[in-house]
Amino acid sequence: MTGGNVVVIGNGMVGQRFVDALRARDPQQRWRVTVLAEESRPAYDRVRLSAYFDGADEQDLNLHTAHDGVELRLGEPVTGVDRDRRVVTTTTGEHPYDVLVFATGSYPFVPPVPGADLAGVFVYRTLDDLAAIRRYAKDRRTGAVIGGGLLGLEAANALRLLGLTTSVVEFAPRLMPVQVDTAGGAMLRRYVEDLDVACHLGVATTALRPDADGAVAALELADGAVLDADLVVVAAGIRPRDELARAAGLDIGPRGGVLVDSACRSTDERIYAVGECAAVDGTCYGLVAPGYAMAEVVADRLVGGEATFPGADTATKLKLLGVDVASFGDAHGATPGCLDVTWTDPAARVYAKLVLSDDAATLLGGVLVGDASAYPTLRASVGGPLPAAPLALLAGDEAVGATAGALPATAQVCSCNAVTRGDIDTAIADGCADVAALKACTRAGTSCGSCVPMLKQLLDAAGVVQSKALCEHFDVSRQELFDIVRVRGIRTFSRLIAEHGRGRGCDICKPVVASILASLGNGHILDGEQASLQDTNDHFLANLQRDGSYSVVPRIPGGEITPEKLIVIGEVARDFNLYTKITGGQRIDLFGARVDQLPQIWRRLVDAGFESGHAYGKALRTVKSCVGSTWCRYGVQDSVGLAVALELRYRGLRAPHKIKSAVSGCARECAEARSKDFGVIATETGWNLYVGGNGGFRPRHADLFATDLSTEALVTLIDRFLMYYIRTADRLQRTAAWIEAMDGGLDHLRAVIVDDSLGLCAELDAAMARHVVSYSDEWRDVLADADRLRRFTSFVNAPEVPDPSITFVTERGQPVPVGGHPSGAQGRQPVALGLPEVRR
Amino acid sequence: MTAATALSWVTVCPFDRLDPDRGVAALVAGVQVAIFRTADGLYAIDNLDPVSGAYVLSRGIVGSRGEVPTVASPLHKQVYDLRTGDCLDLPGVSVARHQIRCHNGMVEVRLRQEG
Repeated sequence: MTGGNVVVIGNGMVGQRFVDALRARDPQQRWRVTVLAEESRPAYDRVRLSAYFDGADEQDLNLHTAHDGVELRLGEPVTGVDRDRRVVTTTTGEHPYDVLVFATGSYPFVPPVPGADLAGVFVYRTLDDLAAIRRYAKDRRTGAVIGGGLLGLEAANALRLLGLTTSVVEFAPRLMPVQVDTAGGAMLRRYVEDLDVACHLGVATTALRPDADGAVAALELADGAVLDADLVVVAAGIRPRDELARAAGLDIGPRGGVLVDSACRSTDERIYAVGECAAVDGTCYGLVAPGYAMAEVVADRLVGGEATFPGADTATKLKLLGVDVASFGDAHGATPGCLDVTWTDPAARVYAKLVLSDDAATLLGGVLVGDASAYPTLRASVGGPLPAAPLALLAGDEAVGATAGALPATAQVCSCNAVTRGDIDTAIADGCADVAALKACTRAGTSCGSCVPMLKQLLDAAGVVQSKALCEHFDVSRQELFDIVRVRGIRTFSRLIAEHGRGRGCDICKPVVASILASLGNGHILDGEQASLQDTNDHFLANLQRDGSYSVVPRIPGGEITPEKLIVIGEVARDFNLYTKITGGQRIDLFGARVDQLPQIWRRLVDAGFESGHAYGKALRTVKSCVGSTWCRYGVQDSVGLAVALELRYRGLRAPHKIKSAVSGCARECAEARSKDFGVIATETGWNLYVGGNGGFRPRHADLFATDLSTEALVTLIDRFLMYYIRTADRLQRTAAWIEAMDGGLDHLRAVIVDDSLGLCAELDAAMARHVVSYSDEWRDVLADADRLRRFTSFVNAPEVPDPSITFVTERGQPVPVGGHPSGAQGRQPVALGLPEVRR
Repeated sequence: MTAATALSWVTVCPFDRLDPDRGVAALVAGVQVAIFRTADGLYAIDNLDPVSGAYVLSRGIVGSRGEVPTVASPLHKQVYDLRTGDCLDLPGVSVARHQIRCHNGMVEVRLRQEG
């Protein structure tokens, strides 16, 4: 049978994958597909569910693709299956089937302890669960998670982010007992406890205690301990959703789940099961990769194929509470006679274990905690010889980079989507020329993304030169464009595009050229033709907000401010009705200004001695500081004095992306300097310099670059670091990514700016000296020039009419845009995160 | 808005008031219009960004994609064809376009009646 009605029960990740796979294999649409879903939302990415607490919304997590010939019926739970009539009954009707696919997933297991049904007790499975947790967490102080596995630790992090003092209770004697061994679990525990998440291991929860209102208030543990908890998340494992299959009389696996053979077929030949609800030869899998493999098997079978479930790769790599954890193959060393190679570095907090066959020739599995950069290569090498000596493999990126090209064709590169080295090579041979094309063609790297660096290496190994073109108007990279502008002395975009590009430019290349011209000192950014190149933030020297208004940030060097100036900011905010918020960079952001108000606001600020804070620019933002030795009992240097000096030195410096900095007055690091592009930490005898740190989307600790520097030597190194970055980085590439992408990494950077290996230092020093003497406050210069000021009008034909679309309501005593919070706004699109898109 | 005002040309500003390759907003019979001066001529479309709901298209960066003259929304960077108002990145999304001309050194706009 290769056609008819197929009914799918469930629209989770695996159910959706089955539909996608069937549609790809059945272009004539011999199969009509009906998907019956219990949830009201189409398929979303449950693996990344916790991203909801980092601001991801339903749309960001959406996995659903609409297909012709597929009917998706949301919010229509199935109530029964009549195998004799071959009909599925739902709450609203009946659906006849020729083939039925169970993709019902699993439900969270809640241990039968007293109080498990109290208000304030949640599970962690759906977006609705997470939304309910977020609502309930308001005004609550303490939280507990029952279960210290993967999901439990994600839940613990969520509670922490919601501001609750959080504990984790795990029945096993270590965290993540399925994935990691005892030593790895101990390392993981140190990381977790450093985040003030208390761990209670090897102990059962015996009861949940209510308060007077009947809501949960505490946990009682088997060892007699009592933990305060206003909110409890149960993450104690999952159970297959097999109740419909049981009622329909299908055979069930020994530990639950629809019993299926290696074709994923149940004891009824017209009924299949895939994903967490399936017990393949008796075994259930709680990971998405085996579920995807099952979906592909059933799709293949329906078009007459002979695919069988290949057995599961249960390898896992994840970042939990900021810690990399990976586990693959025979992680617990269950193979008889196997050998362990372990590596523990308590200082760097890294633990690694490789499990080898008894002759040490074959890699069987392993565990990585703290640094999982070797994971892609190691996982791909399971079952084969080690691609390098064990310790070299565990040492990280460089050794791995050298070996990725040496993997055999059978090695699995992407375990989420079961893509091998051979598949990748075939796709490259068929014309895939970059990572995006490989993702589209093979699906490698589209789930967890951990194999993307390997995709790049395999492209390199195949000799594919990846396009460096900035956009359709320029064939060269930003770095090459910078050199062209610098060496040829080009001062205008029109000359540059006429001589070295084509077309009229776009929102990618114009701001890049504007930034290059500004870095090379081309006068005021709003002078002449340069003005037309600036994106709106630089055009109005303020930050565009979602309602079309702007925010204003005056510079407060080092975060140090006099009471008089603080009062001026307050008065300006009050007089212009601006929403006021303290920023993370130790300054004050004033929101809700219309373009026509900006000059009036800045007139007041400039008169009071303020200058532009460049919050709108790809430029130096702030240099944060702790109070340092001036006040602090522990401080060993004047961190505020240095921060002010650095901020004044580098203010207004245009760069490929924003630059953040901080100075800490002692090793306690209160200024969080190691999360900055360049950070300085005081020592007894001088300063330590760290570079390449980042917060944001992809956090990275800065690397220690030089130690015990004098102030003068420190400033020289920072000058060269910044100028070399400005010359050579890609568009919108922060220093962290710049260093990671640099051939030779930190050692190369040290050779260039410390040992002057390229003979560039004198040039870099001179360029920074020019910047320092030519600095001038952009806002003061605008206010002094009628031609620049005339841009700040609401309407060219009605400058006296303020933009009527900008209106406010009051929330917590302050003006905020009408229309509430954007989760409900219609038509919102995901924001591009600054990766250059090459259109040809 | 009456049919009469919608169909008549409205003088907006002197041509010299427009910077090359940049936009301004104008208020024409109560409608916010984004006006652009490019090397290929003048264009007028609604100032309302249909994706974000904010009145900001006049503040986008002007350029080209292939042979098409474009403006990119300053909020989330969707690119629009200045000649037709069609969004080149999101199929089915478009903004209204209006008629625009330079007459005796003055820029004039006539709202286009939709539907």
